[in-house]
Amino acid sequence: MKKILALMLVAMLALTLVACGEKTPAETTAPADDGAGEETAQNLTFKLGGTGPLTGGAAIYGLAVKNAAEIAVEEINAMDGVHFELQYQDDAHDAEKAVNAYNALKDWGMQISMGSVTSTPCVATAAETYADRIFAITPSGSSTAVLEGNDNQFQMCFTDPNQGSASAQYIHDKGLASKVAVIWKNDDVYSKGIYDTFMAAAPGLGLEIVSDTTFQDGNDTNFSVQIADAQSKGAELVFLPMYYTPASLIFAQAKAVGYEPKWFGVDGMYGILTLEGFDTSLAEGVILLTPFNADSEDARTQAFVAKYQEKFGEIPNQFAADAYDCVYAYKQALEDSGCTADMSREEICAKMIEQFTTMTFDGLTGDGMTWDATGAVTKSPKGMVIQNGAYVGLD
Amino acid sequence: MKKLGISKASQKAFTTYGVVIAAFAVMQIVGATGNMSSMLKGMLVPICAYVVMAVSLNLTVGVLGELSLGHAGFMSVGAFMGVTAASALRDSGLSAGLRLAIAMVVGALFAGIVGFLVGIPVLRLNGDYLAIVTLAFGEIIKSIFNNMYLGFDKKGFHISLLTDKVSAGLGEGGKLIIGGPMGIGGIQKIATFTAGFILIMICLVVIFNLVNSRAGRAIMAIRDNRIAAESVGIPVTKYKMMAFVTSAAMAGSAGALFALNFSTIVANKFDFNTSILVLVFVVLGGLGNMLGSIIAATALVILPEVLRQFRDYRMLVYAIVLILVMLIRNNPAIKNFTGRFRTGKKGGAEK
Repeated sequence: MKKILALMLVAMLALTLVACGEKTPAETTAPADDGAGEETAQNLTFKLGGTGPLTGGAAIYGLAVKNAAEIAVEEINAMDGVHFELQYQDDAHDAEKAVNAYNALKDWGMQISMGSVTSTPCVATAAETYADRIFAITPSGSSTAVLEGNDNQFQMCFTDPNQGSASAQYIHDKGLASKVAVIWKNDDVYSKGIYDTFMAAAPGLGLEIVSDTTFQDGNDTNFSVQIADAQSKGAELVFLPMYYTPASLIFAQAKAVGYEPKWFGVDGMYGILTLEGFDTSLAEGVILLTPFNADSEDARTQAFVAKYQEKFGEIPNQFAADAYDCVYAYKQALEDSGCTADMSREEICAKMIEQFTTMTFDGLTGDGMTWDATGAVTKSPKGMVIQNGAYVGLD
Repeated sequence: MKKLGISKASQKAFTTYGVVIAAFAVMQIVGATGNMSSMLKGMLVPICAYVVMAVSLNLTVGVLGELSLGHAGFMSVGAFMGVTAASALRDSGLSAGLRLAIAMVVGALFAGIVGFLVGIPVLRLNGDYLAIVTLAFGEIIKSIFNNMYLGFDKKGFHISLLTDKVSAGLGEGGKLIIGGPMGIGGIQKIATFTAGFILIMICLVVIFNLVNSRAGRAIMAIRDNRIAAESVGIPVTKYKMMAFVTSAAMAGSAGALFALNFSTIVANKFDFNTSILVLVFVVLGGLGNMLGSIIAATALVILPEVLRQFRDYRMLVYAIVLILVMLIRNNPAIKNFTGRFRTGKKGGAEK
């Protein structure tokens, strides 16, 4: 007994020493030192921080953002001009932990922030960045609540409501269906936000909602009731404002009962083809609205996808593209406004607000993006359809 | 009993008060001299809330001897009702401190009522029914708040379930407070460390006085042997209810304190995991041992954040620490060693 205890203590001490010695190299991507331009580089090296779910159920989004941001920072640090030091902290998709993670970043000396990856934590950190006057732009915190009550929190992604009304508009414009069923997750901010505006926009566009069913966290493996309801009421199209994990189950279970409507998803659907163990033939014909297409012909997108694949062994999703754009938007804004790293957070924040609301930015997720004073982005979603196991642009 | 005239029970109580006051004083001094990291500063109020959660659950689990697996449900009730009260009073001109106090009282009141309702059928039963029912209760509360819409305007409160019929019907100057799965957003952060400290002290005073009273002895008699207690005429349900409702009310006030420290709160935060987390504080600190609960709660809230520098190893280290603490606490050699410092303690006094 004593021996075991002693062994465990020793093991723990050793682990502590090892971990202390490493000093988090993986999470901090520091700029490479080049002797000549050291002074200018120091003056233009900004500390960029962000929180996201690097562990837990939503880790796929947090890791995508972190990985893409690392790639962008690496590229930018190899160029002239502003450099970044990047640190990502885990918030496990929880508001309380996000605030702790944010405070850890503040202790580290963060000057500009990438907010939080997911919506609820982002609302919590937005209040903190507002109080501390640190400018923040979130790659993927898409709820409108993120932007409320502050002037220095911006978004790189669409707000959820935008997606709902855009989806209804798209279905109407393309004449996809007139009888529509909606299955949504009624304890999720993301799903709820899209659902609300979709339902508000649908009647005006001649879409008849014949079935409206919900599911919750922990109750998201069996969809037979929802599918049967949509089927029995003759819905031609099923709108799925949700992330792709439950959607994959819905496809499989609908096929099992021989129900084959048109499926329509939003940006959370993007990534379903790379879901482990998912039979991609089930998603054949699924239409989704998303701002990013990894198969695009665009040279920058192709370079980014190739680099991401080489480094992390998978195709980047829309979250990754948004994060990549965030870092480049920062580069553009900081350089145009002439910020230097020795300026205070307040000064940088004021300049960034001014810069972001006036500039136009071209990125992977859209050309000619602009931001309004609330921090919401304007860019156009792209319709995509899944054909032969690949995303193909509709327009 | 010691010869000094102070009973061992009061000694224990005053040690606990002393430790809490000392910890508060140290934190105030560190904060005043500007040496406190932002991370620690941000965690002070959540720590207070978790400490109150731990000591209140200890009343149910350690003193009453009933297992509750839905303590976060009471916290949730307190959080949502407390924030609702604070938001409704936002334009009333009351000071932030007073509104915080009202929010905590309202939170405690609602959680107490809910605890009473849950207790009526369940506390009459023998066995593990409370564990099963509280487990379900936690999930029910989560579901209710996920589907509840509550707004406030000059005419008073408006409520609807499942779909949002509230926003449309609100009068001028009205606002939606609870927005279903969105929870509550835009909360004014009025919780302070001092308020948290005062709440801990109040809870400790209540618990120690309850435990050392006639009622407390009856409660412990029920824990130790229900049949014997019944045979001497103790009304079992009444005393069980007393402990359980007190515990629920305290969790409610902790919830209000916790929620008013963040700008947003969602029902999913108070899930089964949070209940178990609080139960871990209690078990690790020792059943019936309030000081132990306080220390365990503080340590286990801070630990994951301090371990951030270990990156992904932190999950491993956290688990190892939990296992080690359990092993050490139950190791006879170490028990003997620490036992030597506790003079005047009779063997077997603590079960």
